Amino acid sequence: MATIVTSYEPTFWDKLYFPALLRGLMVTLRHFFQKKVTIQYPDAKYIPPEGYRGLHRLNKYPDGRIRCVACEMCAAACPSGCIHIVPGAPPWEDGKERYPVSFDIDLLRCIFCGFCEMACPEQAIELTEIYDFSNSSREGLWINKDGLLEVYEMTKDENYYMKKSHEADLTSG
Amino acid sequence: MDIVTLIIICVKALVVFAAIMLTVMAMTLAERRISAFMQNRLGPNRVGPKGLLQPLADGIKFLMKEDVIPSGVDKPIFLLAPVMLIVPALMTFAIIPFGSELHLFGRAIQLQVADINIGVLYILALTSVGVYGIVLAGWSSNSKYPLLGGLRSSAQLISYELAMGLAIVSIILLAGSLRLNDIIIQQQGHFLSWNVFKQPLAFLIFVVAVYAETNRLPFDLTEAEQELVGGYHTEYSSIKFAMFYMAEYANMITASALTVTLFLGGWDIPLMNEAALGNLGVLLSVVSFVIKTALFLFIFIWVRWTFPRFRYDQLMRLGWKVMLPLALVNIFLTAGYLTLTV
Repeated sequence: MATIVTSYEPTFWDKLYFPALLRGLMVTLRHFFQKKVTIQYPDAKYIPPEGYRGLHRLNKYPDGRIRCVACEMCAAACPSGCIHIVPGAPPWEDGKERYPVSFDIDLLRCIFCGFCEMACPEQAIELTEIYDFSNSSREGLWINKDGLLEVYEMTKDENYYMKKSHEADLTSG
Repeated sequence: MDIVTLIIICVKALVVFAAIMLTVMAMTLAERRISAFMQNRLGPNRVGPKGLLQPLADGIKFLMKEDVIPSGVDKPIFLLAPVMLIVPALMTFAIIPFGSELHLFGRAIQLQVADINIGVLYILALTSVGVYGIVLAGWSSNSKYPLLGGLRSSAQLISYELAMGLAIVSIILLAGSLRLNDIIIQQQGHFLSWNVFKQPLAFLIFVVAVYAETNRLPFDLTEAEQELVGGYHTEYSSIKFAMFYMAEYANMITASALTVTLFLGGWDIPLMNEAALGNLGVLLSVVSFVIKTALFLFIFIWVRWTFPRFRYDQLMRLGWKVMLPLALVNIFLTAGYLTLTV
């Protein structure tokens, strides 16, 4: 079947050009007064949505004990092999029988897929919303157990970036 | 000419020069900020309060850059071209009246560097000279893209100068004089006595031609970066490159001031008699001139960030087949009206 091609014949109004030009000018003028989308990064920080996969943390029980039982499921699930766990006996007598003596993550290798938190039977490892943890050395991007527990303390109550964004207006300037 | 008159002229020239250069600096920032705002961004706001010192930082950067002169260029002309572009822009401003007559220490001082009676002719001559800067820059660079930019510039010139000149002719018919002050005096009174209302067609033609004249979008074919890398200033660097930009903004300022003078009553404030207010009235007239010029400068930027560039053949067609006949018809009607009524 043949396609019928209809071309638009400009009317007299179109040929005047100026009405269309004025409408174009109005579009840019409207945007001129609109709220700006720029986030002035170091002063104001982007707040990631729920479910954002950033820096890892190791969760604790309310009594302060670490949830991790060093089952190494996360290390097994990890596609980039960046989780290094040394299991051992816990420092406490009662309760869980296994305990991570050391828990290191090579953040340079990590691809932030979130498989570790899905594999974890104890909900011990989780990815947080923290995205700006750059470092000037390779060693600085190895995070150990203490570091991961510290991240838990920073992020357990509220969104890590929420507090800072209250202080600085996102689009001032 | 006595020594005091000479000093007055020098001071006026200096003040005008400084004002233009300061406005050029402000415009470089304004362009970036306004364009950013139109794209829902913030633009440069880090140097100084609200980014106001950004032009200074840019200037220092341009001065520190290496000044490269390619080996194949025609050196004298290559060095002269940026100057050729900026000087006519500044010279044109010399005859634009930026305020009414100032009375100081028993002297009447015209707020205008030079009050010449063939003002409009002088403007038309100098704006044409300005294009030489672009053509020479393109030609002396000895490189294909600048050459194409220069060629486009000269072709653009002949298609727009005509329409622009004819648009001005209808203004001259109304004023009966080539002196810019006479043209302003003819527009004094209320709003409707401004030429923009008496000659709307001439105003439109003139404004479009002015955009072509200053090589601003939608007529920036001479530096179309998508097609010609950088156009006529491709081979330039450092402060010489900055001079092209200064010239572009100086041209815009002059063009805006000229549009205001010819069509918006210059320094005139409608419904007000400036002369009765003494020197306060003079100040108000200067403020009125600055506001009107600033408005046109804003429109320059506004238009640049709204419209896409014209294609080469579209530009030619618009110049020769639309604007030129319209300008001729406009002159015919104006002249006919004047013969019948006066």
